[in-house]
Amino acid sequence: MKFMVLVKGDENTEAGAMPTEQELAEMGKFNEELVKAGVMLAGEGLHPTSKGARVRYSSEGTTVIDGPFAESKELIAGFWILDVKSKEEAVEWLKRAPFRDTEIEIRQVFEAEDFGDAYTPELREAEERMRKQVAEQHGQ
Amino acid sequence: MVCSVTVTVTEAHRTIDAVWRIESAKLIAALTRMVRDVGLAEELAQDALVAALEQWPSSGVPSNPGAWLMTIAKRRAIDHFRHLKMAERKHEEIGLDLETSQQAIEVEPDEVPDDLLRLIFTACHPVLKTEARVALTLRLLGGLTTDEIARAFLVPESTVAQRIVRAKRTLAQKKVPFEVPAGPELAERLGSVLEVVYLIFNEGYSATAGDDWMRPQLCADAMRLGRILAGLAPREPEVFGLVALMELQASRSRARVTPDGEPILLLDQNRAKWDRLLIGHGLAALERAESLSPVRGPYVLQAAIAACHARAGAPEDTDWERIAALYGELAEVTPSPVVELNRAVAVSMASGPEAALPLVDELTASPALARYHLLPTVRGDLLAKVGRLAEARAEFERAASLTRNARERDVLLARAKAAAGE
Repeated sequence: MKFMVLVKGDENTEAGAMPTEQELAEMGKFNEELVKAGVMLAGEGLHPTSKGARVRYSSEGTTVIDGPFAESKELIAGFWILDVKSKEEAVEWLKRAPFRDTEIEIRQVFEAEDFGDAYTPELREAEERMRKQVAEQHGQ
Repeated sequence: MVCSVTVTVTEAHRTIDAVWRIESAKLIAALTRMVRDVGLAEELAQDALVAALEQWPSSGVPSNPGAWLMTIAKRRAIDHFRHLKMAERKHEEIGLDLETSQQAIEVEPDEVPDDLLRLIFTACHPVLKTEARVALTLRLLGGLTTDEIARAFLVPESTVAQRIVRAKRTLAQKKVPFEVPAGPELAERLGSVLEVVYLIFNEGYSATAGDDWMRPQLCADAMRLGRILAGLAPREPEVFGLVALMELQASRSRARVTPDGEPILLLDQNRAKWDRLLIGHGLAALERAESLSPVRGPYVLQAAIAACHARAGAPEDTDWERIAALYGELAEVTPSPVVELNRAVAVSMASGPEAALPLVDELTASPALARYHLLPTVRGDLLAKVGRLAEARAEFERAASLTRNARERDVLLARAKAAAGE
């Protein structure tokens, strides 16, 4: 199962402060561990919200709000997507991350079995029809 | 109170499971280098796991659980050698020197990353039968329990336990060295490792139905093993080819069956359900493989074919010419009538049924495909398309008689009727 790990932003990340060489090296080592263990599918750091925007939808239409945004504790400064067997495994990995004085959040990503019911009878029927038409085209 | 304690113990066990999954392979690999015996190394690691299960629920999980487990296992190893030494003294035999064995035990697990690679090559050693390689790999490298392996392969637990015991004994008896092979042997032995990983993947992938979560989990385990291998052998194109192939195939898993467990053919799948993240990862692995060598091996070629499908936004965007060419290359690297049949299907999609028919006609002489229902299925389809309806009908009927799947038989018999104009 996949988990998204959200790294929270703070005043420093919002100010665009770059990590020190040591921090970069530590994070690089941690990332390498994740990659070598075969659990890391993706991971990126995000620029401050001053370079981003929000799009707000309402009955009147859409409004675009440019960053920066004020509530720095609710902002995201980076993420990983990990492919692990359990939430506990994700937690164990993140315990090894070289963070200090911050918080991360671990969230499970929706997967195949979670979509079971979104597959409506109409969709199923349409697939069924197509399946009959092309049943012979490919071995798989 | 009792309740909350129980919860804590279960939580601790789940944490220990997670730690075990992360640490066990490294632990066993490092221990094998010390004691030169996979079986003994695994026992020592298991002893450490038992100690963790006893102590962590009350003491809490240590801040560096890997080092904790290693320390316990090393202590057990020293005890073991002491015991051995004493027994040897009694028998006045020359044996292991305690000093050297203790020195050997001073090594940290992270110092030699090649240990893991050595362990993979040992677990997949050709001296073992394929099924033993699979069980041992899942056990030593995947951190799976005997029970989990048994459930995944639908065999009794005792069978798996026996397989593993025998495999470990064989490795010891045949004195299989704990090493990564060099020179020309490497390619051959790597082939065995990749085969085992892909077997594990397919065991999970072909089991689309069934309530047992273990089988789909095997795909994830195999992908993880493949990625570990890629991290350890970053210059081997076929390793990245296999990773790409597994990821591209797995990217379709949520689209390939109906909720009732009926398979959906590739061209009928809802591509919106394909996992873009896995596709991206798989395509990157394929790119890496192709950049490592201009010569494409079987896994790279199969991944390249899977990539053609992955890149097509809709079935009609599929680059069939490229797929046909890739199957041609694959047939040269690993000649097989099944590959030829797939090539014929790709040719028919790229250039029409007339171009593909001679290829399929040639295959009808192949003894390997004599009872393979897809050959008459494909041939019947091509014949129907060029208007040779009577022959098409015979082929569909033949295909229906060969398939073991009742639903598929119904479809084929319906096609036979349609060809006959009924």
